[in-house]
Amino acid sequence: MTTTESKEGDVGVVALTARDFKGAVDPDWCPGCGDFGVLNSLQRAVAGLGLQPHEILTVSGIGCSSNLPGYFNSYGMHTLHGRSLAVATGAKLANHELTVVVTGGDGDGYGIGGNHFTHTARRNIDLTYIVMNNQIYGLTTGQISPTSRDGMKTKSTPFGSVEMPVNPITSAIMNGATFVARGYSGDVRHLTDLMQKAIEHKGFALVDVFSPCVTFNLDNTHNFFKDRVVKLEDEEHNTGDWKLACEKAMEWGETIYTGIFFQSPDSVSLGRREPVLDEGGPLAFRELGLSEEQASGIIRRMM
Amino acid sequence: MASNKYDLAMGIGGEAGQGIATPGDILARIFVRRGLHLYTYNAYQSIIRGGHIFLTVRVSDQEIYSHGDKLDLLLCLNQDTMNRHLNLMGSGSRVIYNADNITPGEFNEGVHLCGIPVADLSQSRNRLMQNTIAVGAIMSLMGVDFEVLEESLSLRFQRQGQNVIDENVRVARAGFEYATENFVPYYDTLPDGGKPLAVWAGNDAIAMGGAAAGVKFYCAYPMSPSSGILHWMATNARNLGIMVRQVEDEIGVANMAIGAAHTGVRAMCGTSGGGFALMTEAVGAAGMMEIPVVFINVQRAGPSTGVPTKTEQGDLWQVLGASQGDFERFIVAPTSALDCFNTMPELFNLVDKVQCPAIVLSDLLIGEGRFSVDPDDIDMHPHIDRAGLITEPAPANGYMRYENTESGVSPRALPGVPGYVHVVATDEHDENSVLISDEFTNPLKRRMMVEKRARKFQDIVKDIAPPEIEGPADAEVTLLGWGSTEGVIREARQLLADQGVTANQLAIKWIVPFHVDAVTDIVTKSKKVFIVENNHSGQFYRFMRSETGLSVDGHIRKYDGEPFMPHHVANGVKELLAGNTEVFVPDQEVIV
Repeated sequence: MTTTESKEGDVGVVALTARDFKGAVDPDWCPGCGDFGVLNSLQRAVAGLGLQPHEILTVSGIGCSSNLPGYFNSYGMHTLHGRSLAVATGAKLANHELTVVVTGGDGDGYGIGGNHFTHTARRNIDLTYIVMNNQIYGLTTGQISPTSRDGMKTKSTPFGSVEMPVNPITSAIMNGATFVARGYSGDVRHLTDLMQKAIEHKGFALVDVFSPCVTFNLDNTHNFFKDRVVKLEDEEHNTGDWKLACEKAMEWGETIYTGIFFQSPDSVSLGRREPVLDEGGPLAFRELGLSEEQASGIIRRMM
Repeated sequence: MASNKYDLAMGIGGEAGQGIATPGDILARIFVRRGLHLYTYNAYQSIIRGGHIFLTVRVSDQEIYSHGDKLDLLLCLNQDTMNRHLNLMGSGSRVIYNADNITPGEFNEGVHLCGIPVADLSQSRNRLMQNTIAVGAIMSLMGVDFEVLEESLSLRFQRQGQNVIDENVRVARAGFEYATENFVPYYDTLPDGGKPLAVWAGNDAIAMGGAAAGVKFYCAYPMSPSSGILHWMATNARNLGIMVRQVEDEIGVANMAIGAAHTGVRAMCGTSGGGFALMTEAVGAAGMMEIPVVFINVQRAGPSTGVPTKTEQGDLWQVLGASQGDFERFIVAPTSALDCFNTMPELFNLVDKVQCPAIVLSDLLIGEGRFSVDPDDIDMHPHIDRAGLITEPAPANGYMRYENTESGVSPRALPGVPGYVHVVATDEHDENSVLISDEFTNPLKRRMMVEKRARKFQDIVKDIAPPEIEGPADAEVTLLGWGSTEGVIREARQLLADQGVTANQLAIKWIVPFHVDAVTDIVTKSKKVFIVENNHSGQFYRFMRSETGLSVDGHIRKYDGEPFMPHHVANGVKELLAGNTEVFVPDQEVIV
């Protein structure tokens, strides 16, 4: 029995609905923002998995989408721009019984936080990373992001971008992520399912979500995606084949795939590989201080 | 050597890769096991093979606080060492070298040149054997029985098997016997200090202090001279149940430590100035989210990449100004290795009480120096106080993480505990965590939250012991230093006393909070105050002036990368007293 579970008895375990995960305030996102669908899906996903608010820690960076923890009823950390994965890694290692869900945008995760994205993926720590990818910087009123298309005209690229976008799916696979999926915020049912599978996955799970910015990105709109997204599960796709996953992820024309691109069947998370977590429950709730034996052993080696 | 005190310093010089650490370590262990006091300083370069390394090992039967002023023994592992340092050696000193390939140059009167025919004695092609032969010769010169060395070699090479032990003992004996037959031993034999002591570096002490304080999370990116903390933690992690991670960069390091700390462990991370620059934004995040976490900066000579293997106290204003905006943070500069250890439990109790970040300013001198310590002085079970941390479930009853209390400290519950669900945010937020940075911006609430956080520090200085004068109250001179200069100032005062100048000292450890009243009282009562610091611009002086409005009578500063020696400080005092200068900068004689 885990520490957090043992405490549930005191408050009684009640099956919760998505509504129970509504936060203290309503989102201040623009009407029509894709992020509403993501928030909705996450609330449904955790309710569907039978999780309690105190068992979840949401961690975000900075940006429109990173405001999510304030709109979600769970423990939450609204951290610095680009640093959510690093903070979440520390939090998860200190209490590995928490369900840690990291949320943020494409600039936060693939731009300023790019280094952490690479290394969090290869560490395979048991986090779920939901990126609300709108291919634009919204909160700073419309500049290109790392996922903006070549040629995109924004305030910082008035003559059109001359840089190629990053592909989050192939990047994550190359970096060693063990669960890599893409969703579309306009399909809440599908996205909810992807999130549940990502949370259940033991290891680092990326869910990149097309979450259109209705104010600043007039290229990649709901209409743009609605006509193009095709679910991988509707076709023959082997999620164990990383090369095939990369091929499917590179498709960017009339067809753009969503769904689980890749999942490693034998993922062993960082926490499982680290003997310090084997026994004694979460580090956060262990006794502080050294035993007599530990103390004398340290001194002995100094003599 | 002083008449009634055994005090011998040796310099061991060679190039990186010649195995200088091994004889240094063997000798250090012999000394501390004998109950003698030890202070070592290793002057080295940012190079893995080649260059010049100069290790000073000073041993005494009384407490010592610096690597001293003079050398009694020079061990040259290469010609370069001979060329660089022979001129430093005075009458009565011994110079040991491999006579096969090292030639002494001009030397001062009374120096004993002790050339050893290494090839003849070793009958081995192993270049490292010259080190072992030299250790044998040194033991003979110091009047130590060979059995002591034999036992030490057995322990040292235990893991490498009996053959390696036998080979080392054989050549050590050859060196010992050759020296006994051919060299004049020191007049004073190595005394027996009684109770065995232990040996540690300041970096070990910080790591151990953290472990004793209950640290369960440590992370770092490798950076000289702070990596010793990471290495200690990594070595002991599994035995002590500490999560230790090497992270992709210091931005990740700082944020990972914050995540761990928020979840409830005592967490810390270490680096040097350059890495700390990357951590800076996170320091403010911990301040805003009110998360207790400890950042360690083991200073090296800056700016920028600077001189990675040299010491300096040049990061004071960096840490004072770390991160934007007003927020509460502790800054503490331990004054010795033992003080490094003792600082950590005290600091963790403070950050748990106040819920804010803290910065420890150590430096290369105490971080990488190795010192003797009496094991009985190390309190491995210090008082741990987590200040009412909420870890038990309770009925949800309007819990507010940032409740505006009288003390400014709000009740802190750990994630995972039922009934206290809340969000922490780097945006300004209300008592109930709702952001007041965008839709709900409110100047009255903003003011309330700024004042709430500030109140946490209002009286905190009372929780910390003020600095005190050491030495005669009516001294002609008060030497004011901070951090690692405490030891060398203490020895400089003795030198000055021998020359008829009375000096006392004020060693400052706590920068924030600063003991304004205590420092003002002492400085205004002192006859003349000179500030000693290891930087160019007088960083501490400028800080003290901004806090107290006080000015002082003179400055002794060093910024060549090498630490002060006692006579540097003593000479500075005399020059300042004579009115020859206002800022005395000593010349470094040992060129490494």
